[in-house]
Amino acid sequence: MDFSILTGNFDIYMEGFYNTILSSVIALVGSFLLGALIAVFRISSVRGLRWFGAGFVEFVRNIPLLLVVFVFYYGSSALGLSIEGFAAGTIGLAVYTSAFIAEAIRAGIMAVPKGQMEAARSSGLNYIQTMVHIILPQAIKLVIPPLGNQFINLIKNSSVLTLVAGMDLMYFADIISTDTYRTFDTYIFVAIFYLVLTVPLSYGIRVWERRLQRKY
Amino acid sequence: MKMSKLGKLLSVMMVVSLLVLAGCGNKNNSASSDAISKIKEHGKLVVGVKFDTKLFGLKDPASGNVEGFDIDISKAIAKHILGDENAIELKEVTSKTRIPMLNNGEIDMIVATMTITEERKKEVDFSDVYFQAGQSLLVKKGSPITGIQDATKDTTILGSKGSTSIKNIKEKVEGIKVLEFDNYQDAFSALKAGKGDALTTDDAILYGMAAQDPGYEVVGEPFTDEPYGIAMQKGNTDVVKAVNDTLAELKANGEYDKIYEKWIGKAPTK
Repeated sequence: MDFSILTGNFDIYMEGFYNTILSSVIALVGSFLLGALIAVFRISSVRGLRWFGAGFVEFVRNIPLLLVVFVFYYGSSALGLSIEGFAAGTIGLAVYTSAFIAEAIRAGIMAVPKGQMEAARSSGLNYIQTMVHIILPQAIKLVIPPLGNQFINLIKNSSVLTLVAGMDLMYFADIISTDTYRTFDTYIFVAIFYLVLTVPLSYGIRVWERRLQRKY
Repeated sequence: MKMSKLGKLLSVMMVVSLLVLAGCGNKNNSASSDAISKIKEHGKLVVGVKFDTKLFGLKDPASGNVEGFDIDISKAIAKHILGDENAIELKEVTSKTRIPMLNNGEIDMIVATMTITEERKKEVDFSDVYFQAGQSLLVKKGSPITGIQDATKDTTILGSKGSTSIKNIKEKVEGIKVLEFDNYQDAFSALKAGKGDALTTDDAILYGMAAQDPGYEVVGEPFTDEPYGIAMQKGNTDVVKAVNDTLAELKANGEYDKIYEKWIGKAPTK
C-alpha cells in the first residue's frame, strides 16, 4: 500500500469524506422521517392513505437507486429547477431508503401481538395513546436491527453521488485515481474511510439493541 | 462477552486487510518486447476504444457496431500486425478506465482520443501523433460565452473525469468551478440540463456533440494543442514500432487522409 496517495491528497480525501458524512446524515434523518410517515400511512385505517403508502413503497424500492437520483438531477431541470448534484443525490438517497425503512417499521408494528392493542383499548386508552405508550415501545426493539442495516446501506449507497458530480468521497477518489494512475491504492483508502463510518455504526446499533432488550 | 465479540470483529478486519495487501503485489509491470508474438499467438488485437464518442468511437445501438476514426485506425493496425483487419476485438474504455485496463493486460492498446502528455508517458508508451486536436468549449446557442476569454471564476465548466482538459482549464482560469462526470455523454446531458455553462474537451469530440444536437455550438478558437497518441504497455517497443509503421504507411498511401475526411468532414491541416 502506498501511503503517499493518502498523504499527498489528504485535503481532497477529507473534502469528499466530509461531503459523504454530510450527505449520509441528512439522508438518514430525512429517510427516517419520511419512512416513518409512509409506515403510518400503510397501517392507517384510511384506505386512500394505505394505497398511497403501498404504491410509494412498491414504486421506489423496485427501481434502481441510480435512476431515482438521475430523476432528481436531470429531471429537475425539466421542471425549471436546477438542483445541484449533492442535493439531488442526497434527496434521491433519502427517498430511496425511506421505502425500505417504511417496510421495516411497518413489519415491527405488525409483529406486536394484536392482543396488546385490544387490551390497551379496552382499558380506556385511545388509538394514539395506545400507539405511543404500548405498541411503539415494543415495536422499536424489533425494528432496530433492520433499521441499522438500512442505515449502513445508506452510507455505502451515498457513493452514487459520484455519478451526478456530488463531490462525495467516491467522486474525489475517481479524480485522485486518474491523477495518480494508482487505481488500486486510491480505492483501498476509500474502503477504509467507509469502514470508519460503517463499522462503529453497526457496533453501536448492536450495543443499543442489547440495552433495549435488557430493559424489558 | 463484549470483548469476545469485539475481538472477533477485529480479527475479521485483519484478515480482510491481509487479503487486500496480498492483492497489491499483483500489478503487472513485466516489460516485455515479445508482445507482438503474444498478440499473434492470441490471433486478434484487443483494442480499448471509446463507445460513447461520436466521430471517434461510437456504438450504434441499432446494429451493435462500434464505428469511428479510432476504429478505422485500429483496423489498419490489426491488418498490419495480423494481416486481417477484422482480427480485432474492441473493448469499451473511458478516460478513467483506460490506463488501468491497459496495465492489467485486459487490452493490447488504447486508441481512444488520448492526448500524449509527459505525465502519461511515465505510465504508458505512446505511438507517434495520429490525430491533432485542440481543446475548445461547447455551449448552448446564444450563450454569453463566446470563447475561453469569457470564462471567469463564476463559470461552471463540465467535463469528463481523468481528462487533461479539466486540468488545462483550471490552469487557464483560476478558481473556475468544474463538475466532472464519468463520460462525455453524462457531461453533455448535464449541459443540456443546465448544470453548467460550458462543456470542455477536445474540439474533435465537441464537433461530434454539436452534430448530435443543433441547439449547441463550439465557440472560440482551440486554446491548447492536444496531440492524440496510441498507448501501449510500457516496454512493448515492438508493438510501438508496428503501430508507428502502420501510421507512416497510412499517411504515405493516402489512406489516412481518406479516413480523416470520412469522419471529420474535411482534410487534415498540414
